[in-house]
Amino acid sequence: MTLIIKNASKTFADGTHALRPTSLTVGPGEILSLLGPSGCGKTTLLRIIAGLERPDPGGEIRFGNEDVTRLAVERRNVGMVFQSYALFPNMSVRGNVAYGLKVRKVSKAEQTRRVDEVLALCHLTDYANRPVTVLSGGQRQRVALARAVAPRPRILLLDEPLSALDAALRDSLRDELAAMLRQFQITAVFVTHDQVEAMSIADRVAVMSKGTLQQIGKPEELYRNPASPFVARFVGNAMPMMGQREPGRLILKGGELTLPNDAQPGQAFVRAENIHLDPEGALRGTIETVSFSVGHYRLGIRDVTDDILIATHPGRQAPRPGDTVRLRIAADDLLFLVDKNGQTT
Amino acid sequence: MRPSPSWLLQLAVTLLTAAFLIIPALQSILAGFTSNYFRGLSSGLTLKWLGEVWDLYAHSIFLSLWLAAACLFFTLVIGVPAAYALARNPGRLSRVLEEFISLPLAVPGLALALALLQLYGSMSGFRTSWAFILVGHVLYTLPFMVRAVLAVLLAMDLKTLEEGAATLGAAPWTRFRTVVVPNALPGILAGALTVVTLSIGEFNLTWMLHTPYLKTLPVGLADSYASMRLEIASAYTLVFFVMIVPLLVAMQWASDRARRITQ
Repeated sequence: MTLIIKNASKTFADGTHALRPTSLTVGPGEILSLLGPSGCGKTTLLRIIAGLERPDPGGEIRFGNEDVTRLAVERRNVGMVFQSYALFPNMSVRGNVAYGLKVRKVSKAEQTRRVDEVLALCHLTDYANRPVTVLSGGQRQRVALARAVAPRPRILLLDEPLSALDAALRDSLRDELAAMLRQFQITAVFVTHDQVEAMSIADRVAVMSKGTLQQIGKPEELYRNPASPFVARFVGNAMPMMGQREPGRLILKGGELTLPNDAQPGQAFVRAENIHLDPEGALRGTIETVSFSVGHYRLGIRDVTDDILIATHPGRQAPRPGDTVRLRIAADDLLFLVDKNGQTT
Repeated sequence: MRPSPSWLLQLAVTLLTAAFLIIPALQSILAGFTSNYFRGLSSGLTLKWLGEVWDLYAHSIFLSLWLAAACLFFTLVIGVPAAYALARNPGRLSRVLEEFISLPLAVPGLALALALLQLYGSMSGFRTSWAFILVGHVLYTLPFMVRAVLAVLLAMDLKTLEEGAATLGAAPWTRFRTVVVPNALPGILAGALTVVTLSIGEFNLTWMLHTPYLKTLPVGLADSYASMRLEIASAYTLVFFVMIVPLLVAMQWASDRARRITQ
């Protein structure tokens, strides 16, 4: 089923514009992620799709051919996984998963059949009769997902489904969740503030900031061709290279970079993984911080440009704070971006 | 290890305090079984006075039980939805309303009764019916129900739970019935036991509102003290104890349970 959002916006009673007019389409079976920092309007948009918030007049939500803008949440037939899971503490795992079927007056036999099926898909069969209050975080998350998909919703909505879990569990559940979502083959919208989560689960990612949709595209597209400095910073943590731009070169505090002939105008950005330590490198900087992160060093380097540049360094040995190093940045790895407001930062 | 002097002192104070509180009660209970209180236990033990209490005041016992049940019904029907509405709409207006509901706690029962008499005293049919006392009891016990249920409702993420149920297809009434009420049950139970205990034991307000034909348990107790033999009044106290103490224990248990949930 296709989800179509046209001009949806939300202004709260106190006058805050939680969401500026936004339009987007999610194809049948597609998994779309809404990615952005907190307060960017992603959860508001999700709640508008669910029917938990009503968009400002003029906005329209369509499920396929049906206009659901004015349809009450309980009649929309959506499945939602809440950040806090919102499991019913008075019911067992089975009771929670069967709830949506029960209120829809599905026959007892059909209820049992479908609940068993969904419990198996979500690896919950062994826990069916446990109270939800004794489950671990990961199990609760799976119950929430099973409960949402059991009534076969037209669209599945997930609000930060992994953020309540601890880091180790989050990594393993991320791939599991992605696999389960593909299995269900339901159109899904997925809210997160974590770029890794968005990239690894979604088919397409919509980056949002300050209530506005910044860019929408495949994860690779967003990473390789960010449309704005915000997207570049948020997806892949690109860092600005403040300096003086002259035809064919960029003059920085720590040296000079030759630019390709076809370089776009705008502020130059670079990512940590594209800065290499190289004795022959064109740039000079001083090591400020060194930390070891899984499999590589993270170096904080000052005096290359105004701000500290972060570089990932895969070697076995790392320079020490205070050392002067030379850096190489391939011209192809630079991103040139202009802010929509015309500013270069 | 030898007990220290301070430990012995604490023990003595505790025992003395307990004795100070318990001995009069024991004496009173014993008096209810004594053939003639003025001649003391040597006059023999008897169940005669209990029988007399039953003959004279059985209707008071039943009236109190009936009033407590009716009071519980109304506080449930009014109090649970009221607590729900207050929990769902947190705001200044809700706090003001909550204070208003709680007002009967601060106003003496006598004043409350006087206000009811001034307002409805002239409606003689209503004035002389048990419903008049019921109104007083509901007014007085409602805040206890609302507060007990509200505490439990505020401790859970009611809004998200309901939203969860709504996305699963449950209409507002279904959500209330299948999610709100079952999860508020510990609070409702604590509130219910408090309401029944208070309604059965309520004296101030009831004494002002009662008529000679409508004496509740505590009003009957006062009546027996004023107009019957001391032995009958004592036996009456015993009946009162037997009814109210299990309720008090149950109330304590239910409130503790509800409090554990809210933490």
